[in-house]
Amino acid sequence: MLRPRIIPCLLVHKGGLVKTKKFAEHKYIGDPINAVRIFNEKRVDELLVLDIDATVNRVPPDFTLIEKLASECRMPLCYGGGISTVDQASRIVDMGVEKVAISAAALNDPSILTEIASSVGRQSVVAVLDVRRKSNSLEDLYEVCSHNGKRNYPTTVLDQAKRFEEAGAGEIIVNSVDRDGMMEGYNLNLAKQVRSALKVPVTFLGGAGSIDDIKRLVSTVGVVGAAAGSLFVFKGKFRAVLISYPTDKQKIEACQLDQDILKTDNQYV
Amino acid sequence: MIKVVDYGVGNIQAFMTLFKQLGFEAHRANSAIGLSDASRIVLPGVGHFDRAMQRLNDSGMRPKLEELVLVKRIPIIGVCVGMQMLANGSDEGSLPGLGWIPGRVRAFSEHPIASRLPMPHMGWNDLEPCNNSKLFSRGFETAPQFYFLHSFYFDAEDKMDVAAIAHYGMNFDAVVSRKHIHGIQCHPEKSHHWGAKLLRNFIEL
Repeated sequence: MLRPRIIPCLLVHKGGLVKTKKFAEHKYIGDPINAVRIFNEKRVDELLVLDIDATVNRVPPDFTLIEKLASECRMPLCYGGGISTVDQASRIVDMGVEKVAISAAALNDPSILTEIASSVGRQSVVAVLDVRRKSNSLEDLYEVCSHNGKRNYPTTVLDQAKRFEEAGAGEIIVNSVDRDGMMEGYNLNLAKQVRSALKVPVTFLGGAGSIDDIKRLVSTVGVVGAAAGSLFVFKGKFRAVLISYPTDKQKIEACQLDQDILKTDNQYV
Repeated sequence: MIKVVDYGVGNIQAFMTLFKQLGFEAHRANSAIGLSDASRIVLPGVGHFDRAMQRLNDSGMRPKLEELVLVKRIPIIGVCVGMQMLANGSDEGSLPGLGWIPGRVRAFSEHPIASRLPMPHMGWNDLEPCNNSKLFSRGFETAPQFYFLHSFYFDAEDKMDVAAIAHYGMNFDAVVSRKHIHGIQCHPEKSHHWGAKLLRNFIEL
């Protein structure tokens, strides 16, 4: 049976790994290659590496770093940050990176997803949506943003996600700005809405503070990607740096799916 | 000598790194000459079927591959789209496949149950070895999981060619073995110890 994917998310800032809170307050974690080696040993499902500088600094992806990561990484790797052309995307995939993640460029023009998909295949194209709760609203409404939260877009999360799916994204990642680094749980309401609106695999990022949070996500929405940053790089309330990952036993426990979901194979909740 | 066919498609570096870690000498081959002393061949592949077939056809290596595989019977393993290329053709595109293992590549989206599941099939899933394939001869006492990333699957004509089955809304042929020609839909080069064991079994056939 297809399992939920539990995915450490590493943020690259000035060549080193950092972790943030609500997309701010960078705390240095360590060297990216070292982290990848440790995750290799822990046999993680998949790795997500995002360069948080490239788009805001208007620079291309760091191909030197990507090549090192790709040759070191023994599990499927998704890389994002500053990818805005087909050439960049196919160059990255040719280095041995399974998937490329696009965010700002796709918000600017979703057809970039179509072009990249024609070149590397839809299965390798991931669209990332940074989402934030609308501050001026009493209702549970969200807005889409980019450039580390500095730009907003006049669209709903679901509409934008569907647009990305139609344009050729093979996976959608929903990244919650409000919950980033807070370790207070995933946004389950939003997760439910996104899962039932889309046909492609989805991954949620932002908020995981414990394996229980992952368990809650999976039992709410079924087989999805559960990505986390802080949970896998920090330990304790003082946020000491410690690279960790659930054991096989913990994964099985966390991913016990509702019996109905198992029986019908029906993921469209 | 293990040769990994480098025709511009697929995660060749991952194979090189893995073989090195396992202690096997392996080289990339991007020309017919480069393939000549192959004792084992790995055919990687990702993305669109037609693009992969076109690139292989344009690479200049196809005649040599045919000689090595069909005449000299050098063991070969096709991975992901590399497996799909072993078929007669694919519903994804219009170019013919290599036709080395009779079968057709079909879309999950045509199946009544699988079509309702998120596509592509993405993530870790169980493999059920069958028909005593030598690819699973050692190290597979417990059921393995491998990483899958695809929307199309190989439908072998002769089910005795099926070496392992996986399930995603439907049972499908995840690994095929027909004499010395093998294909695997998932990614052994990215499936940790399970993938390493399978590739070791392939090398030590």
